[in-house]
Amino acid sequence: METLKTIYVNLPYILEGTYVTVLLVVGALALGFCLGVPLAIAQVYGSPIIRRAVGLYVWFFRGVPILLLLFLFYFGLFNVIGLNLDALTASGLVLGLASSAYQSQIFRGSIQSLPLGQFKAGCALGMTDRQIIKNIILPQALRLSIPGWSNEFSILLKDSALCFAVGASEIMARAHFVASRTYEYLPLYITAGFLYFLITLAGIRILRRVERKFAIPGYTLSV
Amino acid sequence: MTTLLSVKNISVTLGNRKILDNVSLDMHAGDLKVLIGPSGAGKSTLLQCINHLITPDEGEIHLEGKKINTQSNAELCHLRQNVGMIFQDFNLFDHLTALDNICLALVKVRKLSKDEAQKRARKELDRVGLSNRAGLYPAQLSGGQKQRVAIARALAMQPKILLLDEPTSALDPELVGEVMNVIQDLAKGGMPMIMATHQMDFVRSLATEVLFMEHGTIIEQDTPKVLLADGAKTRTLDFCSKLNNLKGCEL
Ligand SMILES: Nc1ncnc2c1ncn2[C@@H]1O[C@H](COP(=O)(O)OP(=O)(O)OP(=O)(O)O)[C@@H](O)[C@H]1O
Ligand SMILES: [Mg+2]
Repeated sequence: METLKTIYVNLPYILEGTYVTVLLVVGALALGFCLGVPLAIAQVYGSPIIRRAVGLYVWFFRGVPILLLLFLFYFGLFNVIGLNLDALTASGLVLGLASSAYQSQIFRGSIQSLPLGQFKAGCALGMTDRQIIKNIILPQALRLSIPGWSNEFSILLKDSALCFAVGASEIMARAHFVASRTYEYLPLYITAGFLYFLITLAGIRILRRVERKFAIPGYTLSV
Repeated sequence: MTTLLSVKNISVTLGNRKILDNVSLDMHAGDLKVLIGPSGAGKSTLLQCINHLITPDEGEIHLEGKKINTQSNAELCHLRQNVGMIFQDFNLFDHLTALDNICLALVKVRKLSKDEAQKRARKELDRVGLSNRAGLYPAQLSGGQKQRVAIARALAMQPKILLLDEPTSALDPELVGEVMNVIQDLAKGGMPMIMATHQMDFVRSLATEVLFMEHGTIIEQDTPKVLLADGAKTRTLDFCSKLNNLKGCEL
């Protein structure tokens, strides 16, 4: 009884954390997308030097644990360059940069899975490389990327809990805060877990709907 | 007679193999040249060199007497707008309807308005007998229909020359006819074409010249009448009769 009351009383506070988490994840995914697409294009179509540079970027962000990246940027790099960011913005930035590395590889895989003939046909019609990438390659590659991208969403959502370590006030931080004050550890962590569960479910449903909306008629057997 | 297009001494080396060795040809108004030759002879490579989908190591392309500067993207674009290409495996844009497949380059390259582009696209679809399929996606079309859309897409750009790379060899036998009919109409209408094909009836009746390729060079070059005359001692006739025997076995 007492337990339920604790949860009930603190629920609005934790739910506010849900809003923070969603904001963090949507922001990071958006940043990751905006950087990931050009990175993928650069890695497929760029000169050897550009491809090498993208490779290094991806290697760095995929090679270091997210928690370390958060500390490195928030306590280290941002201070050194005199960038004064609040914990939430900094977390979003770091998660977004890391996500861009993962997303770029999702998009690269899709671009490279398209038949070479698609590019050739555009060329043969006199289109420029830029026109071909924008009008022929990306519309197809992005569609193919949705399943992989929904994977990236669910991983990033759970990585966002790490931002608690630099003081972003998201679900995990709030649940832990209430738990350590009331000593109701188990119920509050279960509540937090349940919220992550719901967000995952909602996100994956939305992406599924997007996938269906943009499906090319006749192209896949079932979506 | 003015020369529409000339290919001068084209060579392509991949790895350390010569894929094309010093190939030249001239196209005039009304020419219908056919490339015949065994698999791997370099037919596709030659066709793709002509509009620079493959960059040759040596040689020049002249369009209407003017040498194409292949360093200039604008000139390459100009060349490709004037030289249409039909591929063996169609290469329709999978995410666009038949109509939009045709409209895309009209809007982006020819800079037509959307309305004008659609009007021209419908006219071309009508010409290939597919006006009732405008809204379908490539995955909803049969192979023969896909190839006809691809032909309409190339024609909509109003090219001066058409390159066709075995346009019917990826098709089921019963679909070959509908595509060949379209190509025949084009030929009779005087569209200059260079076509790799093994459709011998078409070659005999409409080709103005047969180019027989092997190992990256043209080894025989004459009218079909001469090269395919009964009893002619040509490599072309030899190859084509083997082709016929093969067909006979299959049937
Ligand atoms: N990217 C490549 N790298 C190396 N060799 C290649 C490449 N593309 C083609 N070739 C070789 O070039 C030769 C000519 O190929 P091409 O496709 O032009 O022949 P083709 O006459 O069109 O044959 P087919 O009748 O089978 O279409 C072949 O021996 C092929 O193996
Ligand atoms: Mg070929």
